[in-house]
Amino acid sequence: MKFTYSWLKDHLEPTASFDEIVERLSLIGLEVEGVEDKAKQLAPFVVGEVLTAEKHPNADKLRVCTVSIGKGEPIQVVCGAPNARAGLKTVFAAPGTVIPATGTELKIGKIRDVESRGMLCSAREMGLSEEHEGIIELPADAPVGAPFAEVLGLNDPVIEIAVTPNRADCLGVSGVARDLAAAGLGELMAPRVKPIEGAFPSPVGVTLEFGATSPLCPAFALRVVKGVTNGPSPQWLQDRLRAIGLRPINALVDITNFLTFDRNRPLHVFDLKKVKGNLVVRRAKGGETLLALDGKTYTLDESMCVIADDKGVESLAGIMGGEASGCDETTTDVVIESALWDAINIAHTGRKLSINSDARFRFERGVDPAFTLPGLDLATHLVTELCGGSPSDLVLAGAIPDTTRTIAFPLSEVKRLSGLDASETEVRAVLENLGFALSGEAPVLEVVPPSWRGDIEGKADLVEEVVRILGLERVPSTELPRGADARKAVLTPLQMRSRKARRALAARGMVEAVTWSFVSHEAAVLFGGGAPQVALSNPIAADLSDMRPSLLPGLIKASGANAARGFADVALFEVGQTFAGDRPSDQRQVAAGIRRGTARPAGAGRHWAGNAAAVDAFDAKADAYAALAACGAPVANLQVTTDAPGWYHPGRSGTLRLGSNAMAHFGEIHPAVLEALDVSGPLVGFEIVLDRIPEPKAKATRVKPALDLSPFQPVKRDFAFLVGREVAAADILRAAQGADKKLVSGVGVFDLYEGKGIDPDKKSVALEVTLQPRERTLTDKEIEDVAGRIVAEVAKKTGATLRA
Amino acid sequence: MSDTAVTDQSTLSALEEDIESAILHTGDEAALEEVRISALGKKGSVSELLKSLGGMSPDERKVMGPAINGLRDRVQGLLSHRRAALKSAALEARLATERVDMTLPVREAAAELGRVHPIAQVTEELTAIFADMGFSVAEGPDIEDDFHNFTALNFPAGHPAREMHDTFFLPPGPDGERKVLRTHTSPVQVRTMQTKTPPIRVICPGRTYRCDSDQTHTPMFHQVEGLVIDKGAHLGHLKWVLEEFCKSFFEVEGVKMRFRPSFFPFTEPSMEVDIQCDRSRPGEIRFGEGNDWLEILGCGMVHPNVLRNCGIDPDEYQGFAWGMGIDRIAMLKYGMSDLRAFFEADVRWLSHYGFRPLDFPTLAGGLSA
Repeated sequence: MKFTYSWLKDHLEPTASFDEIVERLSLIGLEVEGVEDKAKQLAPFVVGEVLTAEKHPNADKLRVCTVSIGKGEPIQVVCGAPNARAGLKTVFAAPGTVIPATGTELKIGKIRDVESRGMLCSAREMGLSEEHEGIIELPADAPVGAPFAEVLGLNDPVIEIAVTPNRADCLGVSGVARDLAAAGLGELMAPRVKPIEGAFPSPVGVTLEFGATSPLCPAFALRVVKGVTNGPSPQWLQDRLRAIGLRPINALVDITNFLTFDRNRPLHVFDLKKVKGNLVVRRAKGGETLLALDGKTYTLDESMCVIADDKGVESLAGIMGGEASGCDETTTDVVIESALWDAINIAHTGRKLSINSDARFRFERGVDPAFTLPGLDLATHLVTELCGGSPSDLVLAGAIPDTTRTIAFPLSEVKRLSGLDASETEVRAVLENLGFALSGEAPVLEVVPPSWRGDIEGKADLVEEVVRILGLERVPSTELPRGADARKAVLTPLQMRSRKARRALAARGMVEAVTWSFVSHEAAVLFGGGAPQVALSNPIAADLSDMRPSLLPGLIKASGANAARGFADVALFEVGQTFAGDRPSDQRQVAAGIRRGTARPAGAGRHWAGNAAAVDAFDAKADAYAALAACGAPVANLQVTTDAPGWYHPGRSGTLRLGSNAMAHFGEIHPAVLEALDVSGPLVGFEIVLDRIPEPKAKATRVKPALDLSPFQPVKRDFAFLVGREVAAADILRAAQGADKKLVSGVGVFDLYEGKGIDPDKKSVALEVTLQPRERTLTDKEIEDVAGRIVAEVAKKTGATLRA
Repeated sequence: MSDTAVTDQSTLSALEEDIESAILHTGDEAALEEVRISALGKKGSVSELLKSLGGMSPDERKVMGPAINGLRDRVQGLLSHRRAALKSAALEARLATERVDMTLPVREAAAELGRVHPIAQVTEELTAIFADMGFSVAEGPDIEDDFHNFTALNFPAGHPAREMHDTFFLPPGPDGERKVLRTHTSPVQVRTMQTKTPPIRVICPGRTYRCDSDQTHTPMFHQVEGLVIDKGAHLGHLKWVLEEFCKSFFEVEGVKMRFRPSFFPFTEPSMEVDIQCDRSRPGEIRFGEGNDWLEILGCGMVHPNVLRNCGIDPDEYQGFAWGMGIDRIAMLKYGMSDLRAFFEADVRWLSHYGFRPLDFPTLAGGLSA
């Protein structure tokens, strides 16, 4: 919302300075987005008179001019404009001036060997319009040497404010003035609009025809003015409209635009001669079209409200008029419309047709219903004043709705909600100055909001009015007592796991990424997703269309992008959500990571002490274990099964589970998946579903179990087993461990061999078993006995034999 | 008494000189051992003399005993002294050969390379600040229904404020209702108020979505909202909480704040908050000083309709809420210039702006210390 300072002064007699007003606007909720003071910007530009204009000796299209600026010697300027001629009054800029359009500083220069000591300016160079056909032509009576801005009436600063959706009343300058007056910055001038005496009955009538459907127009008023002379509107009106970025069209149209901004009262004018029969306000018929004033043809449907005559649709209600019945210089009889519309319907229609008009903007936020008729009278006054003519009687269809409502307002609400101590006098003054009607006595006032404040619903709204006008700076900062829960843990187990997994993975050299929650449909399908209920109806891009079923596609694509930038060895992870469906219970919290190239936990790339090998599935397994351990998962009890999902390499991947609870997957990414994502390997990854990690049982004490240290030295024994190649190492380890649960305290695999010297169906698995005596040192015989039992148990469970 | 055993002081002195000379001339421990054996071994020269003591007369023994024993002790001393010297020389010689180029670079430890994303770090900073004031952390689903994202929050159907949200929609379900990607984290406030009884103090950090994309808008971003519901919690408390937050987060002694009335459907009164800063240095913002204002958050008293929609009596309980962009305050504090880079997973950016794995934010240590 833009307005000029002089326009504001039509409604407000300021008692504060311009700068104070600008500062206060933001503090009462009308945020100032900018102040444009053309007079300041254009101060160096003055009116110059071209005394002589001769052809440049060395250039056909240039002229050498002498220019008077009212003082000193005439100045020589080289100018390329075709309209530079002796006697012309135009705009002169002296050397040192910064040209607004280019931001460059003018210097004394030579143009084709002729000195030029300044510039004659076009409107474009001044940043005033796109006009660049020639230099600006000023009226012959423009005083030479005077500031150009003054001559053009540009010495009126333009203020732009952001009006929040609840404050439709401030989409008119009069509403802004009311707020400023209430805040003590001036006196509100609210002259009453004199009623119009109709000279004759209106030749055109109007009916509201909504049949059984919900009515979209509570009230429609019109008046005809006959015998007008339409033409350019007076300079003051044109200046105002131009200053706020509107193009003056003709007096009748300009009047409607002016009242839209002056009083938040959008109006429409029809040329009576172009209207056939009476007007009907109704729903559009499907397929009806309207050539609107913006030159575009719109196809309408039954959800939209129109104003039609016997020919068809003449105007899109509350949004934009039609070309066919519009007013131009030939108009002699005009129909002025002032109506009320259903705000939600206007919003829907505007959105559907993508029309953003000043009228739509206001009607969908809410205009003052009580000003419908005064607005029509005011417009009629302006029409007869500027264009002459004689007004008809008023025609009104429907009824102006009564919005009167009473809010019981305990004065204590101000303090209760805001903490601000305000006296009854202050509260009353604020509300009355804003137009609220008060009755009743303290402690509870009866408050009737003004008709233009449709946003005021209850007590809290009144508190806002009081506080914003008295000043939020008066609200005392008040310490919030810490509360009883301040020393309790505030994070849930899942939140703690997310944190711990994150730090654990970063400590393993992985870099945390945050990738989009949406992936391409193809990627979603590759990772088990792609269900229609999680595909966005309005994705921002085709490759960001589906809610991700896994964090891996985003990370894999990111590794590809990094490789393309020359960073081939990357280890990335993300902790975030995946979406199996659209219900809250379908959302999972996952920690996932990938390693590409040689980005191994111990370091990447080539190194004098030994080059890093390519990443393999065991790196991903180690990452998964580390993160699970950090999250407090019972890692010692996890089983590894070979049923990882299809996006992993079938033979080099695994699932970590506790019984049926699959907590994590890891492995090489399937080559076909990599190819589909256009990323090359080697690339391994893992996914941990953090919600699936069982929560540890609540404990009554934080005391750790007693430390049980044996005074006896552990004994280590090695065993080399020959087993079938398909036998899982985990089974051998479990068998060895199970041979004597008391004595065997650890089992590790220290060698693995397949190949020459061994049956091709077999592999050699060498174990180091640690025996921990608890009661006394083991005798050789006891050690031999345990070793025998280990061999027997492993043989029994896996068919292994000791390697000779 | 044997003649050969008969000896005198001068012979002893000569022997001692010989042995001492031999010891001092040894070049290594093996040679020294040979000298030891020749002197103190079973048949060594000093051992023989010691044996000869047995054949001496008491008077002779009285003289020669101490002399020979003294010789033995001195030889032993010389031997051990020489042994230590030789050992030390041998170690020196070995060490002199054991040289490596200590300027060779080491492998960087994994912990040096790993990084935590600024969003995660800043979220932990926020949690630390608000946990200290008694707030817990609430979370909710990214895919929301219309009720939690809009209706409960007092967005009337068709209201322009609803349109301003650039909502991502999912396809209509069997009941015809369309789920949305939450446009703010406020639905988490609704879910919290529906399930908890006051007093309530929570912050709700999380991902949010709007279909908008340019240099300062990404279709996905992060918000954190705070909510206090209690008897008597008013705007003054909100002011204090936000002041404390700004001081702690930006790690400054004090920061001036400017509250401007604004509009949000779910709060009444509503405000936007600007903080004092100095933007006079190009590419750098300093907080707690200067003459510029920067908008950082929106806030207000929870709208009575929202309280009612969540089953809380607005005449019994009241409260306030605020919300801000995590990405945005991260940019303000740490100086990133482009929001889009947060989500591009460029390891150069992540390594530069990310945080080391052991840099946990704590209030005790200063959040970013």
